Amino acid sequence: MITGTLKPREEEHFISAERIRKERRKLLIENVRDFLGRYKRNRAAVLGLAIVIVGVIVALFPQLFATHEPFEVGHPQLQPPSRTYFLGTDNLGRDMYSRAVWGTRAALLVAIGSAGLSAILGVLLGAASGYYGGALDDLLSRIFEVFMMIPRFFLILVIVALFGSSLALVTIMIGITWWPANARIMRSQVLTLKSRAYVQASGGLGASPWQILAWHIIPNGIYPVITNSALEMGVAILIEAGLSFLGLGDPNIVSWGQLIDAGRYYVNLAWWMTFFPGLMMLVLVLAFNLIGDGIAHALNPRLAERV
Amino acid sequence: MGVKTYIARRLLEIVPIILAAVIINFTLLHTAPGDPALILAGERADPEYIKVVREEFGLDKPLIEQLVIYLRNLLAGNLGYSYMYRKPVLAVMAERIPATLLLIITSLSVALVVGTLAGAFAARMYLTRIDTGLSMVSLVLYSMPVFWLAIVLVLVFSFTLKWFPITGMITVGVQMGELERFVDILWHLALPSFSLATYYFGQYFRISRSSVVEVMREDYVTTARAVGFQENKVFTKYALRNAILPVVTMAGLQIGYMFAGAVLTETVYTWPGLGRLILEAILSRDYPLILGSYLIISVVVALATLFTDLTYALIDPRVAYK
Repeated sequence: MITGTLKPREEEHFISAERIRKERRKLLIENVRDFLGRYKRNRAAVLGLAIVIVGVIVALFPQLFATHEPFEVGHPQLQPPSRTYFLGTDNLGRDMYSRAVWGTRAALLVAIGSAGLSAILGVLLGAASGYYGGALDDLLSRIFEVFMMIPRFFLILVIVALFGSSLALVTIMIGITWWPANARIMRSQVLTLKSRAYVQASGGLGASPWQILAWHIIPNGIYPVITNSALEMGVAILIEAGLSFLGLGDPNIVSWGQLIDAGRYYVNLAWWMTFFPGLMMLVLVLAFNLIGDGIAHALNPRLAERV
Repeated sequence: MGVKTYIARRLLEIVPIILAAVIINFTLLHTAPGDPALILAGERADPEYIKVVREEFGLDKPLIEQLVIYLRNLLAGNLGYSYMYRKPVLAVMAERIPATLLLIITSLSVALVVGTLAGAFAARMYLTRIDTGLSMVSLVLYSMPVFWLAIVLVLVFSFTLKWFPITGMITVGVQMGELERFVDILWHLALPSFSLATYYFGQYFRISRSSVVEVMREDYVTTARAVGFQENKVFTKYALRNAILPVVTMAGLQIGYMFAGAVLTETVYTWPGLGRLILEAILSRDYPLILGSYLIISVVVALATLFTDLTYALIDPRVAYK
């Protein structure tokens, strides 16, 4: 019966907020699945992720991996790498391997803490600014311009020099000096997504702005922020290391930058004191950069085409 | 909008940025634990001198008035006194800036040229083995702590191979003519600038590569190819030229990052620039010097960014009309 098929079926054309949400969720899951598929094909990115996972495990349970106490002195001094002291000992007779293992914790705390803080601030403020526009948006643009021009390494350096060094302060400062970059990215994502039909429809059905942002815009627009955060984690590790190298490290913890700083005065006697902590830092920062690049590529399949 | 209005607008935009740096500095001075007078005069300064500083910066007046006095002092070039050197902060810094600029400019020119060309070459070989290899190398360089690289280079080239001096900018205690002195400085400059250039290289390589790849996908490149231009000509004449512009922008935006790299490199080689000065200031808690160098670096970074923007507008007239 031809007329029967042409007749619209009521329930399929009944659009409810619930149904839009369901459809979007289905699409989101599909997108994530596609994304993971593309990410998995990038071997370097998978390697980066594996390194970070190992790093997180080491940082969570350093005592399982360390062979000695990190602050314990009294072992033979300036010993080259051996079977007892995998990475040698330092000028005070401390085991470098165990110290380097504990250093993983500081590096990952700074990386994850600062990137997390800047992502949360950036996404919320960027989304609000893009959605509402107006005075908030203007203010945010000004803040962004100022932050772009601030030499952030030196700002953090001055603050740590004046207020005393703690890993928490360094982490917070790195996050605070970085969120405008994430806000900028999120803002432009909102401007693109705001005009999409499903977002409009959701608004028309009475969803509040924050519901629209939370259900539709942020879940779909957050990917570039994630890329940026992965790259930022590497930068955060390097900033903390730079400060520690200048003698502004947190005295209560072990960090790779501090190990390099302590080792540089013995570099011709004990190269292992500087070499290995730096190498570990290089590997971890590289891993974050591989992840960042991997996400960027998985988001933009066009990058894999020949030019 | 013409180029002139553009320049004027950019000049005006720089004012709030510098003002922000000054206010940050002022706020830090007042929120830091301890008496601002002690911070400006030095913890171990004698009471007489602390009194002078208190007066000079109006530290017993209301905060707003203090900010005005602070601004007036800054405009007069008074950043306080370094108690480590017993000299005005500005004078101490002025002595150190040339060495830092020499280091930055040398490494930057090398990295900019080599990095941009290598990046463009990798883009030409996009997704081949050569490209993958070069990209990997640049990513490793980009992920390296620069001071660690510097230490490793000292270890290899100075301690082991003895090709280059370990530290400093000149050989001390030797009488030399003009030319010999020049060669001597170059010889000392080699390793620090190589470290820094290697570090910057990764950055420029990445920007240049992605920028060229982007341009090669543009319609006008496809058109040029379709019309029958040779691939080499399309690449050098159309793609490369347009791809260089983002590299210039990035160079301008990253001057703060370059300073940070330079400061860290200098401390390894005890290069007599700002970096070593900042390290000494930190070690002896010379707060006026630390605050002063932050302010100076902020201003230099803002001016350098402005300068790059203006250069950019001159190279590419489209910018000014946006």
